[in-house]
Amino acid sequence: MIISIASGKGGTGKTTVAVNLALSLETVQLIDCDVEEPNVHLFFNTDLERVEEVSIPVPRVDIKKCDFCRKCAEFCEYHAIAVVPNEVLVFNELCHGCGGCTLVCPQDAITEERRVLGYIDRGKHDGIDLWRGVLNPGEPMATPLIRQLKKRIDPNKTVILDAPPGTACPVIETVQGSDFTLLVSEPTPFGLADLRIAIDVLKELELKYGVVLNRADIGDKGVEDFCTKEEIPILMKIPHSFEIASLYSEGRPFVLELEDWREKFLVLYEQILRVMET
Amino acid sequence: MKIAVSSTGQGLSSSVDPRFGRCQFFLVVDLDSMEHTATTNTAGGSASGAGIEAAQIVSGMGVSAVLTGNIGPNAFQTLNAAGIKVYVGAGGTITESIERFKRGELAEAGNATVPGHFGMGRGGGRGMGRGRGGGGGMGRGGSN
Repeated sequence: MIISIASGKGGTGKTTVAVNLALSLETVQLIDCDVEEPNVHLFFNTDLERVEEVSIPVPRVDIKKCDFCRKCAEFCEYHAIAVVPNEVLVFNELCHGCGGCTLVCPQDAITEERRVLGYIDRGKHDGIDLWRGVLNPGEPMATPLIRQLKKRIDPNKTVILDAPPGTACPVIETVQGSDFTLLVSEPTPFGLADLRIAIDVLKELELKYGVVLNRADIGDKGVEDFCTKEEIPILMKIPHSFEIASLYSEGRPFVLELEDWREKFLVLYEQILRVMET
Repeated sequence: MKIAVSSTGQGLSSSVDPRFGRCQFFLVVDLDSMEHTATTNTAGGSASGAGIEAAQIVSGMGVSAVLTGNIGPNAFQTLNAAGIKVYVGAGGTITESIERFKRGELAEAGNATVPGHFGMGRGGGRGMGRGRGGGGGMGRGGSN
């Protein structure tokens, strides 16, 4: 069972929902796929141990062997390798590491070297198996790191993936293959606008989803009206509460501090299971 | 001398397309005869690296310079490796831009923020900074 926690908009409370849900369930693997700014671990007082450096192969061209046939440049969809008269250029930051240029080169002029994108580490907290991907600062290539991180998924556990904000490649890489995606939104025009984009993406991927409305008792009714009209289930509402905000500001998960919330997250989980059956 | 201009149309009266990688056409113009041919920029629709692809197309056209509005670092680097000079700030019609180029009024992009020269298995830096300082100051003062 894999549940992704996503949202179009940043700052809606994805990580809060992911962490509190994880703490409410048994036998959980919590994976922080927001590799540009992973902060799930900040809610847990635990040491993380580095388990893997993640890299992709990038081409290195031996210009003495190259006959400038351009097959590599024509193959590369991202134009990470360019051939002009008497020169071959490699744009490392555009290379997705597929290795295709190496394969199509008739002169065996291309070898591969590893380019490090970031690393993966892990920790444990009261039965939660905590994983995190960390992208090197300034590194544009997040998806290969997320892909590698997802290889650590343990199918015997309830897996919670904390997705990055947005709706582009890193989000798609995270949510793909999930059994369910929880979209965390907020009752503002900004929350609604970005929620709609996120839903378009999930529809395209043919994934099941529902909404968690955070800070639910402030703002406007736009998100709720939209969800009613589109028959999208709102599976949980978290109020705009001083206590919750205050605990958050100290990095303390509120299910551990406030009464009834563990039960509410268990209800959320049951609702997810119910929606999945429909 | 032949040059390529990023263009929105196929004739000398067309407007310059200020974008290089995603311009609509490249107009190749022989500056002596003003003979010209238009080529559709097939790189324009690329999801990624349009400037690099466009620069490769231009590198096969036998031109010694490109006139355009702006140029990104990757396209600049690719043209530079091909030994093609880049003049930026072009606008108006193709003819007007060529006149300005001839008067030395277009800036040669020479010190763009080019990232390292990757993966050529050869001494680094070849082609960088090439042709700097050329082009300016010619033919002024003829009219007033």
